Amino acid sequence: MLNWISFHRADIAAVIIIGLVIAFIWSIYVGRKETILRETDEVFGDPERTKGGWYWAVCGMSALMLVWFFFSWGMARAYFPNAANELCQIGKLNEAVSPIKATLPIESRYYKSTDIVVRNNEQLDALYARLPADAFTASEIAQLDSIYNTSKGLITLYSDPANLADEALRQFDAVANQLDGISDRLRAGPDGLVPSAEASDQPPWGVTEDEIPILATSPRGVLFDNVAVDAAVIAKSYTSVRNMPDEAGAMIADAKADIASLKDANKSSAFDEATAKTRNDYLKAVERIFRRLDDGLIFPAESLVGVHAAIDRLDDAIGDAKGSLSFVDAVFMPGEGVVKSRTICTEQGSARWLPKPTDVIATLGRLANPNTDEGGGFKGTTLLWWKWLAIADVVDFLIPDGLVDMLPGSYGTHDATGAFDPNYKDKLLAFASGEVSLGYVPMLDGHIWDSLFRVLVALALGILIGVPLGIYMGVSRFFKSFFDPMIELYRPVPPLAWAPLILTIFGIQDDGKIFLLFRVVFAIMWISARTGASGTQLSKIRASHSLGASNRQILKNVILPNALPEILTGARIAIGVCWGTLVAAEMLAGTTGIGFIENVARTVSDYELIWVTILIMGLLGLAFDLFMRLMIAKLIPWRGKG
Amino acid sequence: MADLVCSDLCMTFTNPQTGAAVEALKDINFTLKKGELLSVLGPSGCGKTTLLNVVAGFLNQTSGSLKLGENEIKAPGVERGMVFQQGALFEWLPVSKNVDFGLRMKNEDKAKSAELVEKWLDIVGLAGFDDTPTYQLSAVMKQRVALARCLVNDPDVILMDEPLGALDALTREKMQSLILELWKETGKTIIIITHSVEEALLLGERLFVMAPRPGRIHKEYNLPFAEQGLTTSLRDIKQQPDFGAVREEILTMIWDMEEEIMSGA
Repeated sequence: MLNWISFHRADIAAVIIIGLVIAFIWSIYVGRKETILRETDEVFGDPERTKGGWYWAVCGMSALMLVWFFFSWGMARAYFPNAANELCQIGKLNEAVSPIKATLPIESRYYKSTDIVVRNNEQLDALYARLPADAFTASEIAQLDSIYNTSKGLITLYSDPANLADEALRQFDAVANQLDGISDRLRAGPDGLVPSAEASDQPPWGVTEDEIPILATSPRGVLFDNVAVDAAVIAKSYTSVRNMPDEAGAMIADAKADIASLKDANKSSAFDEATAKTRNDYLKAVERIFRRLDDGLIFPAESLVGVHAAIDRLDDAIGDAKGSLSFVDAVFMPGEGVVKSRTICTEQGSARWLPKPTDVIATLGRLANPNTDEGGGFKGTTLLWWKWLAIADVVDFLIPDGLVDMLPGSYGTHDATGAFDPNYKDKLLAFASGEVSLGYVPMLDGHIWDSLFRVLVALALGILIGVPLGIYMGVSRFFKSFFDPMIELYRPVPPLAWAPLILTIFGIQDDGKIFLLFRVVFAIMWISARTGASGTQLSKIRASHSLGASNRQILKNVILPNALPEILTGARIAIGVCWGTLVAAEMLAGTTGIGFIENVARTVSDYELIWVTILIMGLLGLAFDLFMRLMIAKLIPWRGKG
Repeated sequence: MADLVCSDLCMTFTNPQTGAAVEALKDINFTLKKGELLSVLGPSGCGKTTLLNVVAGFLNQTSGSLKLGENEIKAPGVERGMVFQQGALFEWLPVSKNVDFGLRMKNEDKAKSAELVEKWLDIVGLAGFDDTPTYQLSAVMKQRVALARCLVNDPDVILMDEPLGALDALTREKMQSLILELWKETGKTIIIITHSVEEALLLGERLFVMAPRPGRIHKEYNLPFAEQGLTTSLRDIKQQPDFGAVREEILTMIWDMEEEIMSGA
């Protein structure tokens, strides 16, 4: 069942999108109707006006989902399932002709030859302007001048169309003709072409790790695929063309001889270290520039016009052959579109980092599978499941072994026969260190539970310690003045600033993170309890005194309930901050938890997983807040009405 | 029950920063017999509330003595109940829990407490409101709860700090009648602080007009209107010529004091 859903996620998305569009239009219709009905008897600015309106929530959510489907290319995949595959084939063709395009002013501004000429002229002039005259002898300088002149001369020679060999011209014409041949084939259309059986067996777009099926699955795709193979051959023959006029051979040989003799002089002569380095460096620079000029890759601009025009015609032909695909590409695939590189085709643009909603759900489903042997969960831990927890482990955690050490008496020793008879202390130690089997209890388990557990324990500790301290600080001068400076000193420090220290002291297991969260919760609970306690109306305190209440009774029956709204608001804030800090702490270190998953996903750029963790955190945070709102409504109905 | 005796009572507030001293009360002398109804009137800042807070035990006097019967007053106590201007109810508790607060703090027998609560809620006219949350009550109902909460503790003296200040004229009159009824029925000593001259005349068997700087008793009246109020309608009493005469006299007195404060300041 799950596999079926996973395989057909494009079809499912198609149905969902239609549903979303209907919901969107319907909610606008209902919303407009309602608004018109109510507009007549309501005044602008009246808070009552904002009440209700759930259909606008439907409208907003469906709009958001539609935007998500659109920018993640979910719509393209749902309604044009072949589009990516065909664009992939075009990608192959583009990849094949890219060596030709790279030399022409198509993707850059200048001919590649123009770039080489301009750059080398500049560098040659700059190099000879800083010739270190005192490091070379007069004859050597003459040799260097000669190399300079030869280099300049070669550039001039190559650039003159009169010097271009007939052979090169013929080759360029052939390339242009072959490209036109490809254009004609593209224009002729895909009639009679059939995708291979192997191609039809490929999994559809987006079901496996390599997003887009690479083999052509449609006649049009097959046409592009076939043409791409020929284009690669043409490109190869194009890149093998050389511009090597007859005079060039002799000039290159002369300059090479000069460079060789200068190199020899460097080897044999005994220069001091600085001079030798100067000579070597300079000569290397001269040779580097010369090497760029001796392979005949500079062509006169006119000679390339024919190929350039043929490529333009090919691009037009590709555009014609694409037909409606151009529309799908431009409208439904925002960004660069499908790009082929090496052996895969990938989505480039917003779809790269924004996974499709159905893919996110598929990933969530895979994570939620409790069977880790079948690839469920993450890194051997389930997302949220249960396990049998040994009670002995809990005992081991709660009772420190040192407690047993402090008991009177000493541990047992082995007797003369070599036997060991444990005494009461040995038995207690075994109990405290969790070696006595006490049975098992079912317990929640998994990444989500680990995160929740840390937050809940930290919250419980923070409330249990922070609230009483805050209340006492609200009513007692000693408590206030004694604790105020120390707490106020640590409170403004951002929680994560403590993380390196705390993780060093406590380690990367739960206790370090719980302590980190505890200090966040504690500060918030303390300050809210204190504000609540010190905000008690004097008349209420006086009334309680007059009614015969003792200080303890006033603390419990008047100040505590009076501070309750502040405390609960504090708890609500604390949960939010705690949740945020937890994820950051889990990203720093650890082996389980939602933040851990996201951190691993980040290192491998698994965007789906990142979005899944974001989704889980959002939903859990929402659940926390809804719970707190419910608690506030139940526990303090009098808030703001006293 | 016993008399409240106040002799040479002084209360001086010192500003800890400037060291400037303000004599909020100076040489206050009076004896309030058991069951007397005293209203205290005066311009703002004359020390009415300070006097009440000292009697309640919330503040300790700088010098002089204050005795309820044989006992020197040093701290708040159940024998002196207090009713505040805004009720000062515990809004997280329902009406009955507010009323029996004092009994619960003393761990009184629950059945007996419930009986007392019923009785007093009935007297103040809130029978059946036991479980109503106090935040849902109107201002006048809140004051009735505050009265019941105070009375259920059976104090010797009831101190009221502008108890009807937040009420409108009509409900105010009803509450005035209720206070007079309670005074008659329970025979408690009652001190009422008020800003309203009419209220002070109606709810005062004795009336102190206080004057500021230093806070002192400027003039004392013994009035018949509270006694009359038990049988006659309060509105009729207000129509009496001698009521009007005293009212005008006190109004002029307080007006002059206010003028003096303004010009002095």
